[in-house]
Amino acid sequence: MTIENAVSAEEIKVNAAKMQVSTTDVAIDIIGMHKWYGEFHVLKDINLKVMRGERIVICGPSGSGKSTMIRCINRLEEHQKGKIIVDGKELTNDLKKIDEVRREVGMVFQHFNLFPHLTILENCTLAPIWVRKTPKKQAEEIAMHFLKRVKIPEQANKYPGQLSGGQQQRVAIARSLCMNPRIMLFDEPTSALDPEMIKEVLETMVGLAEEGMTMLCVTHEMGFARKVANRVIFMDQGQIVEQNTPAEFFDNPRHERTKLFLSQILH
Amino acid sequence: MQEHDLSFVRVEMALAQSAPSSERGLGAWIRKNLIASTGDTILTIIGIVLVAMILPQLIGWAFINAQWIGTDRTFCATVAQGGIQPDGWSGACWAFVNAKFGQFMFGRYPIDERWRPILVAILFVALLVPLLIPKVPRKGLNAILFFGALPIFAFFLLVGGVFGLPHVETSLWGGLLVTLTLSFVGIAVSLPLGIVLALGRRSKMPIVKMLCVIFIETVRGIPLITVLFMASVMLPLFLPAGVSFDKFLRALIGVSLFAAAYMSEVVRGGLQAIPKGQYEGADSLGLGYWQKMGLIVLPQALKLVIPGIVNTFIGMFKDTSLVSIISMFDLLGVVKQNFSDPNWATPQTARSGLVFAAFVFWLFCFGMSRYSMFTERRLDTGHKR
Repeated sequence: MTIENAVSAEEIKVNAAKMQVSTTDVAIDIIGMHKWYGEFHVLKDINLKVMRGERIVICGPSGSGKSTMIRCINRLEEHQKGKIIVDGKELTNDLKKIDEVRREVGMVFQHFNLFPHLTILENCTLAPIWVRKTPKKQAEEIAMHFLKRVKIPEQANKYPGQLSGGQQQRVAIARSLCMNPRIMLFDEPTSALDPEMIKEVLETMVGLAEEGMTMLCVTHEMGFARKVANRVIFMDQGQIVEQNTPAEFFDNPRHERTKLFLSQILH
Repeated sequence: MQEHDLSFVRVEMALAQSAPSSERGLGAWIRKNLIASTGDTILTIIGIVLVAMILPQLIGWAFINAQWIGTDRTFCATVAQGGIQPDGWSGACWAFVNAKFGQFMFGRYPIDERWRPILVAILFVALLVPLLIPKVPRKGLNAILFFGALPIFAFFLLVGGVFGLPHVETSLWGGLLVTLTLSFVGIAVSLPLGIVLALGRRSKMPIVKMLCVIFIETVRGIPLITVLFMASVMLPLFLPAGVSFDKFLRALIGVSLFAAAYMSEVVRGGLQAIPKGQYEGADSLGLGYWQKMGLIVLPQALKLVIPGIVNTFIGMFKDTSLVSIISMFDLLGVVKQNFSDPNWATPQTARSGLVFAAFVFWLFCFGMSRYSMFTERRLDTGHKR
């Protein structure tokens, strides 16, 4: 069985020894969560406990609710029933709590969502300066540190429109990291990229995983899932259908729907 | 039969060359833009003929035959009309504009006090020019002086009644002074108020939203003439006896609110053009509502609608002429008022006065238009991919 992705599992080098998962420290706890869009029941009875340092890959067919689920975690979407507790803070209508959670949770989007009217550096320093009240100079130092880490410090004074998709996505990752988040959410970070650029973004994400970042990642990069994730979640029709370690999930899927899905994407 | 070879390997990468000479220079430009096809050539010829027919006459009237100096109507009237010009003469009477220039600028503002509006105008230009040039530093201080200190200073200076300055009633104001005061206040009030109304209209809070919609739709649904008329004629009926607002102030409020309603719809158009991802990007970083709007959404939205904003400014600038129906005399009003001066009654007077008024209006509008295009280019960070 080969994996038909731009980046195969063999290409991803991971230092597994560094990736420690806590057994006691809960990062995210979702309990009996439901969500409706009007009359449409998009998420049904979601239960998910994420420990600190876990790297979770969420996959499933389009419309299965995987993006909606991770968007609920930083309240870009509102849930109507059940509980979501992030870093010990429960998400309710309390705007202050929501902002607190958003400060601790970084998010990377499919279409980057960089701010086109600001330079790369300004994109990265904006939130630290205005939300964390970091002095400008210090915020710029932090931003340059993370831009170096995603390997594009030389683009700091350009505008997002002048960068390639892969570079933009790495800036988006750096922008999130500048807020020093404890949890990172990735919503199909490589789906809008040219094949040649997927690898550079995945490498950045692997680097993050090796540093022990708690990550939830909606992606179809199965090579990445197999090598980096410690748990793969499969969703269909708004519910979690199956979850397992990557090895078990790919080699020994149990639910019929999972088997069908895997047979469609793996050849 | 020749064999069809399917395999190919490039040995050397081709180097970039400069474009062929037929694509460059004046000749290429003329070929591409003026005589590219038969249709183009015909249109070019028609255009040249039209210009050749109109331009000499216009230049003849406005410059060559024009009467530049003079003290009364005889300088601009033909012999048959009781003047000094030969029969059949047709030229602009700039002497009229020259003689009435002070009135056109200040209306009936007392001649001894005209240094006050002149001083305000000098300060206005001195503060506006550095504000408009991006390279000049200290924009914040400049803006505070221009939008905060200058209006207060100008108010006391123009109205008077304090510091030993004689009081000048606003009913004596007129001409360009009125036009510019109305426009400046209208612009300075309508843009921020329009932004607030646009945000309110998109608010999730139903009461705020409803109030904004009611205001916008009511004001937008009434002609400006009606607003001004109501402000000047009907408002006093509802106020208790003895309480009265200055008529000019009422016109200022009327024009500002009117422009704000239009402005809010322009701004709303810009807000709607900002992709949802920008809001989500800002949200995900923990920015609050006002930070999100002020730092991310509005800078992009306003940039998109600069043409619409300037359109509204220009429209308002010209609409200030309508204050003549509440017997305030803006530039056009004063010009028209002077047509009835028997000392200057000639067939050329009205033409010349109107052309002058049109030219002044055009000058300001064209300036705004060019500056807005400059700003558009300056703010374009090339994100259109």
